[in-house]
Amino acid sequence: MTTATTQEPLTPGGTTTAPAVHGRSRGRVPRRLLRDPMGVAGAVLLLIVLVAGVFAPWLAPYPPTEVHFRTPFQQPATVGFALGTDDLGRDILSRVLHGARASLQVGALAVLLAVAVGVPLGLLAGYWRWLDALVSRLADLMLAFPFLILAVGLAAINGGGLANAAVAIGIAHIPAMIRVVRAETLRLADADFVLAAHAMDAGPVRVLGRHVLPNALPAIIVQATVIMPAAVLGEAVLSFLGLGIQPPDPSLGIMLSDAQNYLMRTPWPGVFPGIAIALICLGFNLFGDALRDALDPRTKPSGGRR
Amino acid sequence: MLRYLGNRLWQSALTLLLASVVVFGGVRALPGDPATTMAGEEADPATVAAVRAELGLDQPLVVQYGKFLTSALTGDFGDSVRTGTPVADLIGATLPVTVQLALYAMAIAVLLGTTGGVLAAVFRGRWPEWAANAFSLTALSVPTFWLGILAVLYLAVHLGWFPASGYVSPLDDPLRGLHHLTLPALILGLAHSAVVQRQTRGSMVGTLTADFVRTARAKGLGGRAVVFRYGLRNSLVVVVTVVGLELGGLIGGAVVTERIFTLPGVGKLTLDAVFTRDYPVVQAVVLVITGAYIVINLLVDVLYTLIDPRIRVSGGTR
Repeated sequence: MTTATTQEPLTPGGTTTAPAVHGRSRGRVPRRLLRDPMGVAGAVLLLIVLVAGVFAPWLAPYPPTEVHFRTPFQQPATVGFALGTDDLGRDILSRVLHGARASLQVGALAVLLAVAVGVPLGLLAGYWRWLDALVSRLADLMLAFPFLILAVGLAAINGGGLANAAVAIGIAHIPAMIRVVRAETLRLADADFVLAAHAMDAGPVRVLGRHVLPNALPAIIVQATVIMPAAVLGEAVLSFLGLGIQPPDPSLGIMLSDAQNYLMRTPWPGVFPGIAIALICLGFNLFGDALRDALDPRTKPSGGRR
Repeated sequence: MLRYLGNRLWQSALTLLLASVVVFGGVRALPGDPATTMAGEEADPATVAAVRAELGLDQPLVVQYGKFLTSALTGDFGDSVRTGTPVADLIGATLPVTVQLALYAMAIAVLLGTTGGVLAAVFRGRWPEWAANAFSLTALSVPTFWLGILAVLYLAVHLGWFPASGYVSPLDDPLRGLHHLTLPALILGLAHSAVVQRQTRGSMVGTLTADFVRTARAKGLGGRAVVFRYGLRNSLVVVVTVVGLELGGLIGGAVVTERIFTLPGVGKLTLDAVFTRDYPVVQAVVLVITGAYIVINLLVDVLYTLIDPRIRVSGGTR
């Protein structure tokens, strides 16, 4: 028994609807991805963002918190400071790189949390009908808390920080993950290979782990590409409000909040972090969209009419 | 219909009750003892005990929760620790600002979103679809609060088209009130319009390629009639769904928007309360917003069944 709030997405092209993956031959998805210009653009952008984030400590010319009191508000393209400096003379390029790294860390942690809790619950809810009511109820309850209010409450208890942001964002995305995995499990429960596994006396752990989970993986990955940009935006918002990463640790949100104080005089310290956030999110959104299309046998590879 | 309504009603009540337990428990989990804080750090144990008894903190948790719940139901959330004003008054003063902002933003999101979605679906593979896609991807990727900061800088300060901050009650001056809220609402509505647009487009494409539409076209029904009478009407369910789902995000976004445009709404109240550890206010705000969210979702669900009677059946028996 589920309620109207747990209805499946009503749209054929819904953003989180899991595509049918049956009969998908290996290698077709990467090929379809490569033929989609948006997907290629997204993948390239994502690669750049990931390299920048992972290798930030080696790529950044300065430590992100290093203060250069003699050279505040340097223009972009100054010698030594490619993107200029902020009010304390900190190198904006270094801070953007480290900030992007922090954003990606929050995103990865949030995805991990959503997967660790959402996937098992979704599998169980889809497999045992009696558990379904309980788990769906739980998901409803979690959805009843607006994300930012949850983050505010958590910050009141824990006092902010990177982990606080990641936990709040992760929790906020658990219900959607439960629903996606539950729907996949329900769909796969009637598949011939699952019935065959049952006939061969496979236990629930084997059926779910060996047969259902691998086939639900594409939907889980697509859902993760939905969580990542949301987490990056969420981290920026929370840190901007003072509820996320705490200064002097670098964060794109904190940089924007700082820049707001002197935006009238010098806009660039507030421009580059915003562009960085937009590029990270654009990369995940483009790639995620293309991946969903590539996994969906209903769409044609060219992205043309169905 | 009545049975469905009843079902949804008690489920909403249950969710709200559970939410109140979470809020109550969460506040009790906070570090620090309110009795010690109120009596002062140097107070002797007897004074602290007296304050604790006065606050009712010496009673069992279940009794405390019962009291909390009954007074919350009558709209009594206690007094703000910081200012001493009743929390209910604080919420009463700030809620209208946030509600106006949210409604205005949602109106903008729906208007922009459905228009873009319909255009993208009708002109598939041509430039309107590309433009609509580019718009929605940008709106989804660019952080709205950053856009808000830039908008304040250029549209408000530089060009002077809008006031950069402040709030005017529409009761005092409707036009100025609207003018003050336009930029915040536009910024807040933009990201949500992208979601509405994507869902509308998806639904419209599904409908316009459906067999009954092909039949209608074969019978000689004109393009415009098909788009509006069949496509848009069937997409209405989707729009209502998205509006319901987006409300949580809209409430969260309002917190940020209020901060950027210094609007005296619930968001500002919440943030101030968190930073000054004003727990009665935090507790009340979380409960009120959650309650509002649950009630709105209930209304959205009821609205669906009026738009599309099929949902009632599947929603009730599944």
